[in-house]
Amino acid sequence: MVSGLINENPIVYEIKERRDVRAYSSNTDELSVDAIDQLEVFDILFVCLDIKDPEHPYSLEQLKVLTEDSVEVDDSKSRVRVTFTPTVEHCSMATIIGLCVRVKLMRSLPSRYKIDIRVAPGTHATEAAVNKQLNDKERVAAALENPNLVEMVDECLSPSFE
Amino acid sequence: MDLMEKNLELIEVQKLEGHTDRVWNAAWNPVSPILASCSGDNSVRIWEQSSLSRSWSCKTVLEETHTRTVRSCSWSPSGKLLATASFDGTTAIWEDLGDEFECISTLEGHENEVKSVSWNASGSYLATCSRDKSVWIWEVLGGNEYDCASVLNGHTQDVKMVLWHPTLDVLFSCSYDNTIKVVWWSEDDDGDYQCVQTLDESTNGHSSTVWAISFNAAGDKMVTCSDDLTLKIWGADISMMHSGEGYAPWTHLCTLSGYHDRTIFSTHWSSDDIIASGAGDDAIGLFVDSKQHDPVNGPSYNLLLKKEKAHEMDINSVQWSPSKESRLLASASDDGMVKIWQLETTP
Repeated sequence: MVSGLINENPIVYEIKERRDVRAYSSNTDELSVDAIDQLEVFDILFVCLDIKDPEHPYSLEQLKVLTEDSVEVDDSKSRVRVTFTPTVEHCSMATIIGLCVRVKLMRSLPSRYKIDIRVAPGTHATEAAVNKQLNDKERVAAALENPNLVEMVDECLSPSFE
Repeated sequence: MDLMEKNLELIEVQKLEGHTDRVWNAAWNPVSPILASCSGDNSVRIWEQSSLSRSWSCKTVLEETHTRTVRSCSWSPSGKLLATASFDGTTAIWEDLGDEFECISTLEGHENEVKSVSWNASGSYLATCSRDKSVWIWEVLGGNEYDCASVLNGHTQDVKMVLWHPTLDVLFSCSYDNTIKVVWWSEDDDGDYQCVQTLDESTNGHSSTVWAISFNAAGDKMVTCSDDLTLKIWGADISMMHSGEGYAPWTHLCTLSGYHDRTIFSTHWSSDDIIASGAGDDAIGLFVDSKQHDPVNGPSYNLLLKKEKAHEMDINSVQWSPSKESRLLASASDDGMVKIWQLETTP
């Protein structure tokens, strides 16, 4: 039976105990500018790890799409780069995943931040094309005016209640 | 007057607030002290300068027409009409009736987001471009009628901007496919618009998306800016074209790199030869010809000044005012602001 999923059998990893660097309000995932003087890797990673995969009921952390090494931040220059690893090389969900990460960060980080998203080098067949699309601000803006796409992104970003 | 020898500063004259989303573009009316800005809030704002107080205020808001982001706006050469290009796939034409603007026509045809619109020098043609990879040329007929004259499918990706040459009916477009294409009317094959040149990496062109084009007043030089973090200056022997000797190709003259470390979204060449750039690093750059006549390497350009943190977020558009009185520059940003700047010599 063809289910139409890009990756039928994703490898699901056990999440290791997360380092609790700072205390966060559990009600909001917004990083309060007052509480944090200097954003570090784990602050940014924290908001991304829970993002759900578009096709499977697992988080990007569980599928190792995002790991501790995914985030690079230079707070003094207000730059963040997130590198993610799609589960399969021909993953057409790569742009959706990238878009989800970008939207999550846009909603969580102070507006001064410049965000770059890319696929881990060598992990996708059309790496350059995916990266270009993910970092074209105008294309991202237009995509986010598409209600179907926004619905999909919001679904991936919605909290899962265990 | 050698600008490089003076102490110049870009002074913020006024901050125009009102848009509730990022501002993509700002355009000065060619004949009156009016500025149009368009935004992700689906509206266009018309700002007017008071002759008494000299300050700018919002005269009117054009809304309820475009149903999505308005990406760019362009005044007709007469200053009476404003064309607005939108992600909703349409281009609206507005007429300034004095106390209000009326949408007199809507150009439809593109399959998805329209990115840019441009009037030719005489106002007899319009061009639009879109993510559908095409460039459309429209003929301006009487009675608020617009007819599609040609659909050009040369680009292989999303077309970011179209711009008519300031004196000739030659159309330029730049794209996500990293190229700049030049199109003009040819009488061969029953007459149609043909792509006569493509400026790509093999001709010293850009290595990533080209976002904008601007010509100098004479129309014999142009500047382009890109996601590859450079500005490129090009030149052509247009006297040859004016005298009807056929097409004169554009050649690369100079590349300006190392001035911005994020995508350069906009560039504009002033009538007194200052090139402005606006980028994702929140800065405005101003460049001038170094006036060093190097017969081997051709012209070179120097940074006149860089205004860091001109806005709180990415700058999407920089436009010099056509006013001869003072050197005014408008900038539009993701931070929702339009700012008016004056280039002044400091005492």
